[in-house]
Amino acid sequence: MRRFDGLALGLALLGNAAVCEPMPEATRSYGPMQAEVHLTVRGTTDIALFEPVLQTFVTRSDGTRIDYEQWASNDLYLATEADCRSTSVAADLVVSSSIDQQVKLANDGCAVPYRSDETAKLPTVSNWRDEVFGITWEPAAIVYNRNTIGSAQAPRSRFDLIDLLRPEDSAFRGRVATYDIEASGLGYLFAFADSQQATTFGRLIEAFGRSGAVATCCSAAIIDGVASGDYLVAYNVLGSYALARADKNPDIVVVAPDDYTLVLARAALIPRHATMPELAGKFIDFLLSEPGRSALRSANLIVDTNEGVHPAMRLPENPDVSLRPIPLSLALLVGLDQHKRREFVARWQAAFPKDRDRESAE
Amino acid sequence: MMTDSAIRPRFSSSLRFRLAAGIILVLAIGCVAVAFAAFAYGRNAAQQSFDRLLIGAANQIAGSLWLRDGEVVVDIPVSAFELLSLAPRDRVVYGVFGDDGTLITGYDIAAPSVSGSTFFTDSFAGETARFARVTRQFAERSFFGSVDVIIGQTTEARRELAQQITQNALIAVAAIGVVMSALAALAVQSALSPLHRIERDIAARSSKDLTPVDVNVPQEISSLVHALNRFIARIDRQLHVMRTLIADASHQLRTPIAALRVQAELAADETDRERTLRIVGRIHERSRNLSRLTDQLLSHALIIHRADTVDLTPVDLRTVAADAVEETDQSMSNVDRAIRLALPEAPVICNGDAFSLAEACKNLINNALNHGQPPITVFARKEDGRACIGVRDRGTGIPEAMWPNAGSRFTRNAGVSATSAGLGLAIVNAVCEAHEGKMRIERPSETEFEVFLELPMMPEDAG
Repeated sequence: MRRFDGLALGLALLGNAAVCEPMPEATRSYGPMQAEVHLTVRGTTDIALFEPVLQTFVTRSDGTRIDYEQWASNDLYLATEADCRSTSVAADLVVSSSIDQQVKLANDGCAVPYRSDETAKLPTVSNWRDEVFGITWEPAAIVYNRNTIGSAQAPRSRFDLIDLLRPEDSAFRGRVATYDIEASGLGYLFAFADSQQATTFGRLIEAFGRSGAVATCCSAAIIDGVASGDYLVAYNVLGSYALARADKNPDIVVVAPDDYTLVLARAALIPRHATMPELAGKFIDFLLSEPGRSALRSANLIVDTNEGVHPAMRLPENPDVSLRPIPLSLALLVGLDQHKRREFVARWQAAFPKDRDRESAE
Repeated sequence: MMTDSAIRPRFSSSLRFRLAAGIILVLAIGCVAVAFAAFAYGRNAAQQSFDRLLIGAANQIAGSLWLRDGEVVVDIPVSAFELLSLAPRDRVVYGVFGDDGTLITGYDIAAPSVSGSTFFTDSFAGETARFARVTRQFAERSFFGSVDVIIGQTTEARRELAQQITQNALIAVAAIGVVMSALAALAVQSALSPLHRIERDIAARSSKDLTPVDVNVPQEISSLVHALNRFIARIDRQLHVMRTLIADASHQLRTPIAALRVQAELAADETDRERTLRIVGRIHERSRNLSRLTDQLLSHALIIHRADTVDLTPVDLRTVAADAVEETDQSMSNVDRAIRLALPEAPVICNGDAFSLAEACKNLINNALNHGQPPITVFARKEDGRACIGVRDRGTGIPEAMWPNAGSRFTRNAGVSATSAGLGLAIVNAVCEAHEGKMRIERPSETEFEVFLELPMMPEDAG
């Protein structure tokens, strides 16, 4: 009687991405190969980043193997959604940085609830319906290279960024990068959240548009550009990835903006057709427990904003006010609405026309 | 007093039990009714409040619709979904549909085609959901028609709120029930306290105390106290009769019996036959008087006893008079002393005890026979609406100075004469009192003397 137009939505989300069977970008297994129980975890987190966490879990629980599949966020959403509608064997746990898509999956009945002492301790912004759990703490940051920008020029807030872009002869023209919100689910999520937070956003994309800022895909590419000096400043980069790079490249500086800093909590859910829901629950408990949090902290997936702050990290002057976690709630569904997304992307495109022209020219 | 302990447990358990059962029943019915009302109210209140959120969100979405080049554009405000987030665990489904039912944005849900119903209930992803529909009309050059906004939300928060309201109401009802039970217990306690006062009053009495119970009691049990007091008064009267009888017997019988013994001893010692016979004659005379005295003492006691125990019934005084004459021992009467009857044609009915009245009558006849002059007439008559029965003779009668005290015991001759015990008029007086009448002594003419009982007539006979 009822039919969810997931496909239509998926097409809208994908934009001009290839319409083919969604596949993982990479796969790796941890733990003994002959293990009797094995857990299939699908995530958007880079294997390199997530590996220590998975390994800690495997060593702590004997005889368990984890198959980790790294997915692109939109593909992961489509695959999970398809698994939900069919009865095919699905992953046991899905961890995605596109928390809006995770909330939508739970809203559409594609997740099973899990309750434990650990989940009960979560604040309400990190636990929706006992089905979607926020497991990380990753600020959206401004990233720059201290070799290319002096500390006097270094932007500490969005206002600084707008001021830097304003002069006609600004050195920053064409050298500020951010996510392409059409290609990156996370970029869209941050941009949409920005538009909810403050009117600064309108002035910011106007400034981006006038100064020919670059909208491009993927955290890695953006941070590479900053490291190499191609980009002077990257905006709304996931702090966790930037800090991971800063571990190797001490020139990278990660700034949590003073005006406000969005904080993403990567969301985990157990799909409806999971074969090992209890084991998946145990893994969630591990991620929320102190050993798990410690492993996530080492992987920079939990960015310390109180004590033991990463040396490359510059906290806002008033962290309690400025750090704003994006709550797991129904409000995230609004950004996924077909019209809302279309209108928002249209507004975005209007600000980046030259950039697109240039890309298509290349 | 002995039966008190045997009666009390049954009495107290039954009365308390009944009151408690009644109050519990009333409270239970009230609580059940309130519980049902609370449940209905809770559900209704939860439904209404969340329906408002739903319609509010739908209205916000409908308000965000706008037209661009003849196409409907939906710009869902985040606040609409934040409104729905007030039900923190409930899922949401929504859709915006064009005039022809095509999906504009949202979920392609199949909504009931019946328009007009703002709210309806359906299911979403296996859960019951409440839906609201808002229709917005467009009448523009580029677009003419209506757009439906349908928004649904699962009902977890509603159920929780309804449950919470019901639960709170039930807690309040339970608390009120407890308070009311306590108050009811106090009320019962205070309502029953007069009974305890009576109990204490009776328990605290000495065994000789037969005065009326004088306890302040409410109207409802004052009749009980009156009955109790009547009962006590009856016991008191009967004890009094008994005491009087014993006192009279010991006082009045001792002297004649002693005299009799002396006479008998004289007779035993007497050798002269003539004197012996005289003494024997005196012994006979005295024993007859003693016999009459005993009769009268017992009769007096019996009459007073009957006054308490025998119910009064309609009695025809003519029959009483005739029976009394018939039963009078006439063996010693000669022709001179024949007793006449003067009875009217019509019956003379009064409420009375035929035996007592006859006994009184016989005593009057005996008095007349012993002290009066023939002819002796036993009469019954109506007089000023009173029924009268009595005896008339031609003798001098009792001196007028003694009339006021004529009804008292042993006053006529200040002792027992040889021939009369002096109890005759006392018996008559007692009968009169038992019948709420009075003894009358009259001298209708110089030669006539009457003693009679004047009694109230039967009400229907009074005229």
